[in-house]
Amino acid sequence: MLRWIVWRDLILAWRRRADALSTLFFFVIVVSLFPLGIGPETELLRSIAPGVVWVAALLASMLSLGRLFANDYQDGTLEQLLLTPQPLYLVVLGKVAAQWLTSELPLVCIAPLLGVQFGVSNETLKILVISLVLGTPVLSFIGSIGAALTLGLKSSSVLISILVLPLYVPVLIFGAGAVEASIMGLSPSSHIYLLSSVSILSLIFAPWATAAALRISIE
Amino acid sequence: MLSSSEGRVTWQGANIHSLGEEYFTQLTYFGHRPGVKDELTTVENLRVAAGLSGIALSTQKAADALQKVGLAGRESVPARLLSEGQRRRVSLARLVICTTKLWLLDEVLTALDKTAIVFVGSLIEEHLAQGGMAIVATHQDLALSRGLTQRLELTT
Repeated sequence: MLRWIVWRDLILAWRRRADALSTLFFFVIVVSLFPLGIGPETELLRSIAPGVVWVAALLASMLSLGRLFANDYQDGTLEQLLLTPQPLYLVVLGKVAAQWLTSELPLVCIAPLLGVQFGVSNETLKILVISLVLGTPVLSFIGSIGAALTLGLKSSSVLISILVLPLYVPVLIFGAGAVEASIMGLSPSSHIYLLSSVSILSLIFAPWATAAALRISIE
Repeated sequence: MLSSSEGRVTWQGANIHSLGEEYFTQLTYFGHRPGVKDELTTVENLRVAAGLSGIALSTQKAADALQKVGLAGRESVPARLLSEGQRRRVSLARLVICTTKLWLLDEVLTALDKTAIVFVGSLIEEHLAQGGMAIVATHQDLALSRGLTQRLELTT
């Protein structure tokens, strides 16, 4: 069941790969604009790197969230998904997993390359990737609640940003905090632990909230 | 999907809200929108729909079902290249393969031609003859044998 949802969404994403690629390019361009705009001031670049990469990741994930349920809603497949004999929790889990694989994982993979532009050390790049691996699923999970709540509304993409971006604040603080600690030579483990706990909490509670929101939206 | 404003809906004596997913195992719904993914081929659409309702469907069986609804030779055509009527036929093929007791068919005849309408009629009759139930809402005439069916005419 879960397998079918993930398989379906991965195939759909592959056949519409321009969508996933545009998210990736958005991320690359936004992060690259900062070194270009600020100039070769290594110290300054190094200190803003964590924030810039993380904020760009948040904004990039907004781009793909609008599509999470909207396409299925328009062609009627969402109705069918809601009427399948499996718990809606699993349906949401499958869709979010596929969204993370297609839209967030590429960001995580390219982030170290972008980090090099800011002149950070290899050790810090490693922490950056770890923080993104732990943090981006939270973005997908929390975002899915917003996507489900705004389903079928006009100007839903703006509304999603307003709803969801404030909820991303803890992830941003712990994620960027871990990288910053590593840059200053401190241990990032406390931030990483907190980020992991947020990640687990969102895995448990967000699909449930999204399922409830979907039921409301489809009525 | 809507909760009723008055009264209650029961399935085999139990309220459908307390049954939850158990009720959905018995239900196939056919709505206004065909529920067909443009990017998937007709066979993929059918296999995904079957997989989600817990039926493992081989490619061959999916192709057979599509042949039954008159889509022979279009097994690997992406659904976006199909006409509206053909899309609805892909959705109809779900009825051919499903094993559920209760069919909820909302305007099932929209965009279908005469032969397809006759086919839907025979599909429903076959389902009824096997002890199934179907609730059909339609604006067009659907010739069903009187013995097994009840007709409610709704006027505003």
